[in-house]
Amino acid sequence: MGKSNKPEDKRFRIAHNEAIIGVVLAIINFLWWYGFAYELGNKPPDEYTYILGFPAWFFWSCIVGFFVMVGLVIFVVKYLLTDVPLDDDGGEEQR
Amino acid sequence: MNWDVLIPLLLFLIIIFFIGIWSNRKLNKSKSFLSDYFLGSRELGGLVLAMTMVATYGSASSFLGGPGAAYSIGLGWVLLAMTQVATGYFVLLILGKKFAIVTLKYKAVTLTDYLKGRYNSSTVVLLAAFSIIIFLFSAMAAQWIGGAYLIQSITGLSYKGALFIFAVAVLIYVIIGGFRAVSVTDTLQGIVMLFGTLLLLIGVVIAGGGLGQIFQDLTTENPNLVTPYGNDGSLSPLYVSSFWILVGVGVIGLPQVAVRAMSYRDSRSMHRALIIGTVVVGFIMLNMHLIGVFARPVLPGIEVADQVIPLVALDVLPGWLAGIVLAAPLAAIMSTVDSLLLLVSSSVVKDVYVNYIKPEATRKNIKYVSYGMTAVIGIIVFLMAIEPPEFIIFLNLFAFGGLEAAFIWPVVLGLYWKSGNKYGAIASMVVGIGSYIGIHFYNEAYGELLGVHTVTLPVFLSLIAFVLVSLFTRNKVDFSVGTGEAR
Repeated sequence: MGKSNKPEDKRFRIAHNEAIIGVVLAIINFLWWYGFAYELGNKPPDEYTYILGFPAWFFWSCIVGFFVMVGLVIFVVKYLLTDVPLDDDGGEEQR
Repeated sequence: MNWDVLIPLLLFLIIIFFIGIWSNRKLNKSKSFLSDYFLGSRELGGLVLAMTMVATYGSASSFLGGPGAAYSIGLGWVLLAMTQVATGYFVLLILGKKFAIVTLKYKAVTLTDYLKGRYNSSTVVLLAAFSIIIFLFSAMAAQWIGGAYLIQSITGLSYKGALFIFAVAVLIYVIIGGFRAVSVTDTLQGIVMLFGTLLLLIGVVIAGGGLGQIFQDLTTENPNLVTPYGNDGSLSPLYVSSFWILVGVGVIGLPQVAVRAMSYRDSRSMHRALIIGTVVVGFIMLNMHLIGVFARPVLPGIEVADQVIPLVALDVLPGWLAGIVLAAPLAAIMSTVDSLLLLVSSSVVKDVYVNYIKPEATRKNIKYVSYGMTAVIGIIVFLMAIEPPEFIIFLNLFAFGGLEAAFIWPVVLGLYWKSGNKYGAIASMVVGIGSYIGIHFYNEAYGELLGVHTVTLPVFLSLIAFVLVSLFTRNKVDFSVGTGEAR
């Protein structure tokens, strides 16, 4: 504590990046969900097309959208997240 | 009595009871009683972490009320429910490793401990502890009432009898087993929910004559049921989108969810939990709400929304299978109640008793106080649920949205914004809860303000309060504790 100009714990920089990834995922999730639901759903129901038994807007927004998010989360976990130790020994420096 | 249905439910309760005993054994061997009882010694693996987050969050309201709403409103409500997929990855990624590292550094056992370490202020601690105790206590009572009604509708017991069975079942494993019992039973309960909803969905689709037939029946009855706009066309895109805050990203501010983000063993568990959590929460929400919509042509004319799931299960499935499926909503309620009970108890024991009343308490003393407190709170909730007083129902209305608005910024900005300070946190909590209650009454009287759900504005207002007050009081605070930021 106190006056110091030491660089931040390296693990925190990783954590900050991962939080930004979380925000980006949520934005993609929202846009996909909103876009398909209200683009394809915004017409009289008798003009709806059906895919695998579901109205197209629902199929793309909720069902495909869900699988897309699962795919993205798997991608993020496999390629973008970093393993770090959580206890203090793993930090670059002790405070 | 319908023994076909009851036997699977009883088996389920017995297994849960044994999980409680097993956890109690591990508890007695642990290094720190408090950290083990209220946080499972931070040993959760990926599966258990994911399941306990999903199960804690998926409560009676989402399990009985949700499908009931889908039954009357149609596919538009399923669209709304799917906003919850975000909870699967958002909470863990945003709070993330930093929260785990920082809370470990503070030796935090509760969310309030984290706030105490970050802001170094008794006002923040007491404000947090009391809002948790008051709001979650009420939320818990409401859940118990739901659990008792469910047992009542399955078994035909009286309300009081059903409530008693529910209370005893939950209290035993939570009191003796603590957080580990809660999270492991949550895992079991999550698995039951996962397969229960899948089985029931398949049953309903078959009973309805296939998807084509079901959608045709729905369109014939009311074409609005298959649109995103709800049965009467009143679900506006803006209103539905505002649920992203209430049940999607705002969940990060719920203490019972946030506390789980400090309970995992290592970063690999957290990574695995991200995938499992997203899959499970999306799958359960999609199935469960589709069941509600599809139940409409199968069993028309159900008037009490909460009964849609029990009635449709008993109608379309053989008895023993219905028993297994109906363990799912019971599991959902129990897994929410157990977490809330433990959280309220941790607030009383750790945040108030150990912090302020008896800091030098021994392990033995803390142990008895923890068991005793959990039991006492459980019994008070039981007594209140027998004949729920007005103020419980009243407070429950604010519980989730109010807590989200109160905690989201002190927690999140506490992690990521160094200039955030205790004055900002206090202002944010007061403004969050206060404006939530105010806007709730406004919306009740005049309709939704700006066409969005009640929680939306308070979340923004509490953000503004946090930032402005923190900036104005910059010079009053020597340094922001815990971030290492020098001033």
